[in-house]
Amino acid sequence: MLNISGIHEGFVLDHIKAGESMTIYRNLHLDTLGCDCTIAMIMNAKSNKMGRKDIIKIECPIERVDLDILGFIDHNITCNIIKDDAIVEKRQLSLPKEIKNVISCKNPRCISTIEQGLDQIFVLTDEENEVYRCKYCEEKYTGNK
Amino acid sequence: MRHLMSPLDLSREELEQLMDLADDIKLHPDVYSEKCHGKKLATCFYEPSTRTRLSFEAAMLNLGGSVLGFSSADSSSAAKGESVSDTIRVISSYADICAMRHPKEGAPLVASQRSLIPVINAGDGGHQHPTQTLTDLFTIRSLRGEIKDLTIGLCGDLKFGRTVHSLINALVRYPGIKFVLISPEELRVPEYIREDVLDKNGFEYKEVDSLDNVMGELDILYMTRVQRERFFNEEDYIRLKDFFILTKEKMHLAKKDMMVLHPLPRVNEIAVDVDDDPRAMYFEQARNGVFIRMALILTLLELV
Repeated sequence: MLNISGIHEGFVLDHIKAGESMTIYRNLHLDTLGCDCTIAMIMNAKSNKMGRKDIIKIECPIERVDLDILGFIDHNITCNIIKDDAIVEKRQLSLPKEIKNVISCKNPRCISTIEQGLDQIFVLTDEENEVYRCKYCEEKYTGNK
Repeated sequence: MRHLMSPLDLSREELEQLMDLADDIKLHPDVYSEKCHGKKLATCFYEPSTRTRLSFEAAMLNLGGSVLGFSSADSSSAAKGESVSDTIRVISSYADICAMRHPKEGAPLVASQRSLIPVINAGDGGHQHPTQTLTDLFTIRSLRGEIKDLTIGLCGDLKFGRTVHSLINALVRYPGIKFVLISPEELRVPEYIREDVLDKNGFEYKEVDSLDNVMGELDILYMTRVQRERFFNEEDYIRLKDFFILTKEKMHLAKKDMMVLHPLPRVNEIAVDVDDDPRAMYFEQARNGVFIRMALILTLLELV
């Protein structure tokens, strides 16, 4: 059995769909957190609810991670915020109004396909149907998250 | 500082004010002939255009200003790989206002984020063409007195026709407007127009593939060209280009006071003999484009 100790301050992201934790690692830019932070990724763990799941534990000052994007990736993820060894908040994930540099526009006619250094920005245009559109050309995002 | 990216950047009240100003310019051109003295308009056209570029230039010259710019990507630094952001930053120090056409959708928006001068979207790919929409609205208002209670047929390439997208966006804000969308299946309006604009606003519209069947219902018929440059596949273009042609015979099916509009250029979608019909208003529409652009330049430069 694998043992990973509790964390003093940071986040526990649970109920991640099995195999998705690397995507979340990249999208939360966890590789840029700094060398004082510890990240544990538990992949393909047994879960009563999901069969198999991934978990990410992040030991770091809580202001360093912007969790907004998680709502876009999968709002079923459970997000516990830990401070002084205790859960201080169970964050409800919601769809972010804007997503920056996570997905890219597939419209070959969009300026974002050629303009150097341009942020890929998608805007939530229909919350009910979870529709995101490219800020520049208004193309709907249809790809896999 | 304001830019114009989409007709929706202007409220209905602002649109009315702009059209009032254009009316006044049309009636009293001399009053406005020196309003932009010492000001420069940069026309940055990354793809060919006759009407839009020349009407922008005519508008600025009529206001006593001057113009500079380029008329194709080949004759600009874009050919060397310069980004739109860099180009506009440089142009910001040469001119007071910029009209930009670009084949890539959203390019003028990118420019506006970096610009120090007002940027006008003069057409971006198949996306938006707000000054054509202002021209269309101004023409409808001039000929009808007001924009309300009209059945408007939009015919031709509704998928890539940016003038159509911009016009629908603008017209949904007026009361009693109904749309009849006439196009082959492959060239129907994009989903985002249907879902986010028409359905969202609970708008009345129907999609048909025959012009003859709906001709008698229309107060305005807005014809568009099937644009070769929007197709990646030449075969598709050839198959679809002659789908709808407005002829003198078809005009017999229309109401006596119907108006035919077209953003021009036409290729063969309106037969030349329709031009003599008093209901053919597309050349008047092109003329109106100069007045409304004059009003827009004055407004964005805060000279009114």
